[in-house]
Amino acid sequence: MNKLFNQIAINIIRLIAFLVVILLALLIGKILGDGLPHVSFKFLLTPAKAFEAGGGISIQLFNSFYLLVLTLLISFPISLGAGIYLAKYAPKNKLTEIIRLTIEILSSLPSVVVGLFVFLVFVVEMKLGFSIIAGAVALTFFNLPLLTRNIEEAIASVPDLQLEAGLALGLSKWRTITKIILPESLPGIITGIVLSAGRVFGEAAALIYTAGQSAPAVDFSNWNIFDEASPLNVLRPAETLAVHIWKINSEGIMADANQISAGSSAVLIIVILIFNLGAHYLGNLIHAKLTSSR
Amino acid sequence: MQYNLEEKYIKKFDNPDTTAISTEHLDVFYGSKQAFFDGSLEFQKNKITALIGASGSGKSTYLRSLNRMNDSVATVKGKIMYRGIDINRPDINVYEMRKQIGMVFQRPNPFSKSIRENITFGLKENGIKDKSKLDEIVETSLKQAAIWDEVKDRLDSSALALSGGQQQRLCIARAIAMKPDVLLLDEPASALDPISTLKLEETLLDLKKDFSMIIVTHNMQQASRISDYTGFFHMGNVIEYDATKDIFTRPKIQLTEDYISGNFG
Repeated sequence: MNKLFNQIAINIIRLIAFLVVILLALLIGKILGDGLPHVSFKFLLTPAKAFEAGGGISIQLFNSFYLLVLTLLISFPISLGAGIYLAKYAPKNKLTEIIRLTIEILSSLPSVVVGLFVFLVFVVEMKLGFSIIAGAVALTFFNLPLLTRNIEEAIASVPDLQLEAGLALGLSKWRTITKIILPESLPGIITGIVLSAGRVFGEAAALIYTAGQSAPAVDFSNWNIFDEASPLNVLRPAETLAVHIWKINSEGIMADANQISAGSSAVLIIVILIFNLGAHYLGNLIHAKLTSSR
Repeated sequence: MQYNLEEKYIKKFDNPDTTAISTEHLDVFYGSKQAFFDGSLEFQKNKITALIGASGSGKSTYLRSLNRMNDSVATVKGKIMYRGIDINRPDINVYEMRKQIGMVFQRPNPFSKSIRENITFGLKENGIKDKSKLDEIVETSLKQAAIWDEVKDRLDSSALALSGGQQQRLCIARAIAMKPDVLLLDEPASALDPISTLKLEETLLDLKKDFSMIIVTHNMQQASRISDYTGFFHMGNVIEYDATKDIFTRPKIQLTEDYISGNFG
C-alpha cells in the first residue's frame, strides 16, 4: 500500500516537472518560431525606421549591451563590497538584520516605480534628461539587491575552514578573503553576474522614463565619448531592445511592425538564453582554471 | 558520584628553558559564559603534549586560544607566554605570532589550489619569491609531512583530489612550511580512517625533533601512543597534567583514573 502511494506521489511530481519543461519549451518555441524567420544580418545591422518597412534593430541592440555594461560597472563594485561585508564581516545584530531587510525590500520594488523615481530625481531634478546614464542608475537600483544576494551566497558557500586555514598561516582576514575565498567563490559570483545581466537585458519598464524611448542615429565610427553622435556618449537617450518591443507594439506605425516585434523578441530571448547557459559554463571553466582542478 | 573540581595535579617544570609555550591563569569566556577556567600549563620543547577529555571539556577552546584563533568569538583572560612575551596582549601582532605558532584543524582544509600552491601560498604572502627556494621548501616540508612520495609526480594537480588522510598531511606540510616553533593540532585524525590515522601518528613522531606539538584528541590510545605529556580536561578545568606514562598508569587524581578506565560519571 505504502509502495503504491509512493509510486503515485513520484509520478505526480514527475508530471508537474514535465509540465514546467513543456511550458517553457512551448513558449520559447513559439517566440523563436515566429521571430527567427525575420532575423537576418541585415535586421541586426540596420537602424530602425519610424514609418517605412524594412528597419532593423542595430542601435537598440547596441544600446541594450551598452546599458548593461554601464549598469554592471556601477552595480558590481557596490554589490561585491556589500556581499563581502554581509558574508564575512557583518556581526549578527539588529543593524545587519535591517540591512538584509532593506535589500529584500529593494528587490521587491516594482521596476516601474524605480523607473519613475529615477525619472523624477535624475532626469527631471538633476536635469540629466532621458539618457543612458539615468537608465543605468535605474537598472542599478534594480540589480543591486539580486547581485548582492548572489555574491553573498557565493562567498558564504566557501567553508569557514578555508578562512581559518588562511588565518593560521598568519594572513590577515582581508588577505585570506581576497586571495583564497574570492577565487573560490568566483564561479558563483560570475554566475550571479551573468544571470543578473539577463534580467537587466530584458528590463523595459524601468527604462521607459529613464533611458527614453527614442534611439537617435549614432555614428559607430565616432568613439569620442563626449560627442553627441558617439554611441559611447552616456548622456544621449537610448531606447533598448526590450523598450523597442514595447514601443512597436503600442504605437508602431511601420508596415512590418509585427515582424520587427517578433524578430526583436527572438533576438532578446536568444541573448538571454546565451547569458543563462554561458553563466554555467563560464563559472565551471573559471573554477577549474583557478583551482587547478580538472 | 560528585567530583571535586578543585582537586588537581599540574606538573611544573624546573628548567624554564625547556618550555616552548605556557599559559598562566588562562580563562576563556563565550559572552558571559565561562568555558575554561584558570589554566596554567607549561608545554615542553620538542615534545608532543596531548590534551584529552570528553566533548565540551574545553580542550579545543583552550588550544584555539593559544594562537588567538578564538579572538573573534571569545574573550581570553590571563597570560600566554611565548619566548618571554605575553602573546595575549592586545598590542601583539597576531599575524606574526601565528607564523611562529602554526595550526592544523580537525577537518582537512587544503585550499582549492594545486598541491604546490598550498605550500607556497603562505610563503609567497610572506615575501618569499625565489622560485628555487620555494621549490626547496615544497620538497622538504612535504617530505617532513611524509607525503612527498605520494604526491611528487602531481604537485600541480588539485589538492582536493587527495584522500582525506593525504589532505591532512598536506595541511601539516603547509603549516610546517612556515617554519613555526609550535604546532597546534586540533583533533587532526578525527576525520580519518584507522590506517591514515596511524600514518599521521608516525608523521607526528617524526616531526618531534623539529617542532613542539600540542594535540587535542578524543582518542586515548592515540594520546598514549604518541604523547610525552598529557593534560586531562574536565568541564573547563585541567584536572591533571603529567607525563603520559604516569597519567595512564598511575594517575594522581580519582577523576582522571575514572575517565581513563572508562568508569566515568
